[in-house]
Amino acid sequence: MSAHAASPAHIDTSTGLDSRKMAFWTFIGSECLLFGSLIATYMAYKGRSINPPYPHDVVINGKAFHGILNIPLTSFSTFILLMSSVAMVFALWNVQRGNKPWDAFWLFMTALGGSIFLGCQVFEFTHFYHEGLTLRSNLFGSTFYVLTGFHGAHVTVGIIYLITLGVMALRGRIGPERTLNVEIAGLYWHFVDVIWIVIFPLVYLIR
Amino acid sequence: MASTATVAAPHAPAVAHYEPTGLWSWITTVDHKRIGILYGVTAFLWFLVAGVEALMIRVQLFVPNNHFVTAETYNSLFTMHALTMIFGALMPLTAAFFNFIVPLQIGARDVAFPRLNALSYWLFLFGSLFLNFGWVLKAAPDSGWFAYAPITTLPYSPGMHMDFYVLGLQVLGLSSIIASLNFIITIINLRAPGMRLMRMPIFTWMTLITSVLIVTAMAVFTIAVTELMFDRLFGTNFYNTVSAGADPLLWQHLFWMFGHPEVYILIIPIMGMISEVLPTFSRKPLFGYNVMVFSGVLIGWLGWGVWSHHMFATGMGPIADSFFSLSTMLIAIPTGIKIFNWLGTLYGGSIRFTTAMLFAVAFIAMFTIGGISGVMHASAPSDLQQSDTYFIVAHIHYVFFGGTVLGLWAALYYWYPKVFGRLLDEKLGQFHFWSTFVGMNLTFFPMHFVGMFGMPRRTWTYGPEQGFTAYNQAETVGAFIIALGTLVFAINLFTAWKRGRIAGPNPWGAATLEWSIPSPPPAYNFREIPVVHSRMPLWEDDPTKEAGIPHGRVEEETEQVTIAGTQVAAVRDVHDENKMSAHDLGIHLPPPSFWPIVLAAGISAIFIGLIFRQVPATSAWHNAWYLMFAGIATTVVSIYAWAFEPGH
Repeated sequence: MSAHAASPAHIDTSTGLDSRKMAFWTFIGSECLLFGSLIATYMAYKGRSINPPYPHDVVINGKAFHGILNIPLTSFSTFILLMSSVAMVFALWNVQRGNKPWDAFWLFMTALGGSIFLGCQVFEFTHFYHEGLTLRSNLFGSTFYVLTGFHGAHVTVGIIYLITLGVMALRGRIGPERTLNVEIAGLYWHFVDVIWIVIFPLVYLIR
Repeated sequence: MASTATVAAPHAPAVAHYEPTGLWSWITTVDHKRIGILYGVTAFLWFLVAGVEALMIRVQLFVPNNHFVTAETYNSLFTMHALTMIFGALMPLTAAFFNFIVPLQIGARDVAFPRLNALSYWLFLFGSLFLNFGWVLKAAPDSGWFAYAPITTLPYSPGMHMDFYVLGLQVLGLSSIIASLNFIITIINLRAPGMRLMRMPIFTWMTLITSVLIVTAMAVFTIAVTELMFDRLFGTNFYNTVSAGADPLLWQHLFWMFGHPEVYILIIPIMGMISEVLPTFSRKPLFGYNVMVFSGVLIGWLGWGVWSHHMFATGMGPIADSFFSLSTMLIAIPTGIKIFNWLGTLYGGSIRFTTAMLFAVAFIAMFTIGGISGVMHASAPSDLQQSDTYFIVAHIHYVFFGGTVLGLWAALYYWYPKVFGRLLDEKLGQFHFWSTFVGMNLTFFPMHFVGMFGMPRRTWTYGPEQGFTAYNQAETVGAFIIALGTLVFAINLFTAWKRGRIAGPNPWGAATLEWSIPSPPPAYNFREIPVVHSRMPLWEDDPTKEAGIPHGRVEEETEQVTIAGTQVAAVRDVHDENKMSAHDLGIHLPPPSFWPIVLAAGISAIFIGLIFRQVPATSAWHNAWYLMFAGIATTVVSIYAWAFEPGH
C-alpha cells in the first residue's frame, strides 16, 4: 500500500510507519487475546451442557435431541460477511485513487454486508430464544451467546464506523490524503471477519 | 504547579509563565509530563490508603482472638489492600514513570497519542474511586484479589461486594490496555534519530516489555472478569458449578493466565529503574546491557508459561504439575542473570550512596530473597506444604514490597529532581530508607516462620495456644515502622516540592537523554530533537559534534552541593530557552482537550449504572439505569467529538 506517500505528515517516525496504523495492529493483537479467551472458554465447555437445547443432534440415554444450530442460514450470513470484506477492499482501492462517489458506495456496501450478517444473527438469537435457549439455560447458551454476541457487538461498532466514513466520503471529506482513515477501518473490518472464520467452524461445523 | 513552585523559591530560575496554569489546565492537559504527575500523585494517595488497610490488618492480628474488626470487614480489608496496592498504587506508579520519563529518554516531544494518554489517566482515576466506593456502601469486595469463582458467583457472594470488583477492574483494565498501547507505539515509533533499539535506555526497554505484557494479559483478564460479570448480572453459567456443571478451574486458569504475567508487569519496570540508578551512582555503564535486554524479554516471554504453578494444590495431575514446576524454575535463570549483572555494575564502581542508591542496592538483596522463596514454591511437593500459608504472604511481599516498592522509591528519589526541578532532602531520605528497610524485614521475614508453623493466610484471628503470637506482634511493630518511614517520605515529597534545593538539569551526572534538558522540562521537552550516537549520550557522545546533544549550548550558573559525601553540581538554569514558549520556538504541541475526561466519565457512568441493578425497583433504581444510558450516550458523543476535534 502506498499510504505513506499519501500522508507525508506521518512519515517522520522511527520506523517510517504511521503510528496510528501501528497502534491499530497492536490493538488487534490485544483483541486476539480477548477473542482467544472467549473461544477457549467455549471449547472448554463444548459438549458439556447437562440439559437441552443442544447445538447439534445428539442421543442421550436413548433419547434423541434436535440440534438447534441452523448451519445453512449461518453459512449464508458468513458468505455475506466475507463478501463485505471484498467490498472493503474496493472501497480502499477507490479512496486511494480519489474516485469520490465510488469510495462512498463501497463503504456503504461493506456496511450493508455487515448489516445483513447482523440481521441474520438477530433472527438466529430470537429463534433460539423461542426454542428455550437463553443465557441462563445451560453452558451452551452462556458460551454461545457471549462469544457470538461479543463478535456481533464488534460488527455493530464496525457498521457505525463504516457508515461514518461513508458519510464523510459523500461530503468529500475523504480524499487520497485521508486514505489511512479508510485503511484502518479496513483493518478492523477484516479482523472482525477473520475472527468469524475461526468462530464459525468451531461453533457450527465441529461437533 | 511545577513552574509556580519554582518561581516562589529564593534561588528561583527565571521561568516565565508560558505554561497554562489552574485546575482547568490540569483537567484538559494532554502533556505526558503533567499526566505522569497526575498518575504519581493519585497512585501515591492510593498507596497511603492501602497502607492504612494493611495497618488495620496488622492491628487485628496483634493479639490472639482479637475483635478489632469483624471477620467480614477483615475479608474486605485484605481484599482491598491487595486490589488498591496492585491496581491503585503500584501499576499506576510505574505508569507515572512511563509517562514522565520514557518520552524524555527517547528524545520525543510527547507520547504517540496524547489524548489517549489523558483518557487512560481519567479511566484509572474513576475506576479506582469506583472500586473503593464499595467501602462507602459497606460492600467492598471481600473474596481476595484473585476472586476465585465459584465463591464469587451470586449464590456464594450475595450483595454488591464482588460487583464492585467485576465492574471496577473492567475500567482499570481498559485504562491499562490503552496506556500500554500508547507506550508501545511511542517507544517503537518516536525515538530520536540515531536511537536504535539497542541504544534505548534499559528503563525504556523494560517499559516496552511490560506494555506488551499488559496489552496481552489484561485482555485475558477482561474476558475472565466479563464472564464473571455476566454470571453475576445476567445469570450465565460460566463459573456456576452447582446448577450447570461448569468447571471450577476455568476461572483459575483464566485469572492466573493474567495474574502471573501481572507479577512481571509489576517487577519488570522496576528492573529497568534499578538498571538506571545503579550505573549512575556507580559511575559505570550498566554491566551486560545486551544480556539485560534479552533476559528482560525472556522473563516477559516465560512469564506466560508458568501460570498454573498457582494451582498445584488443585490437583491438575502430575504432568501439568511437572511442566509448570519446570517452567517456573526456568524463569529464575534470566532473573538471576539480571541480579548478577547488577552486582557486576556495582563491582569496581565509584559508588555514591545517595538515598536512591540505597534503595536500589536494598532492592537487589530483598528481591533476591523473594525470588529464592519463589523457586521454593516452584517445586510442587514443597508448594503443597506452603500453599495458602503465611509463607506465601512472605514471598509475595518480598517481591512486591522488597522488589516493586523499594525500586519505586529508588526511582522517585532519582527522578524527582527531573520532575519538580528540586532535590528531595537526603537526611529525611536516609531516615525513610532505614525505617523502610528495617520495618519491612521485621514485618515480612517472620511470616516465613509463622507460615511454616501452619498459620493460614487470610485468617481473621488465631488462638493463643497456636504459638503465632510473638511472630505476629513483631510483624505488627514492623508494619508501623514502615508507616513511620512512609510518613516522613510523604513530608519529604511535599516540602521538597515547596522549598527543596534547586536541582538543575543533571544533578546526578547521569548518562541518559532526559538529563540533557532543564528540570522541570519545558512543555516541548527538547528545543531541538537530539541526535543520538550511543547508548549513554551524556557520557559518550561528543557534545561538540554538530547536531549533537544540546547541553553544550546551555548557559549555567552552578553551586556546589554535597550529597552523600560527594560534591554534586547543582545547576541553576538561567538560559533563555526556558522563557520561550513552544509557540515562540515554532514547535507544534497538541492543544488541550476536555474530551478525554468526558469520555472516561461516560464509560464510568455505564458501570455505575450497572452496579445499582440490585437495588429494588424504586426511583433510585430507575435513576441508575438512566445513568447507564446517559453514560452510553456520553460515550458515543465524546468518541465522535474526539475524532472530529479540530487541531489534533
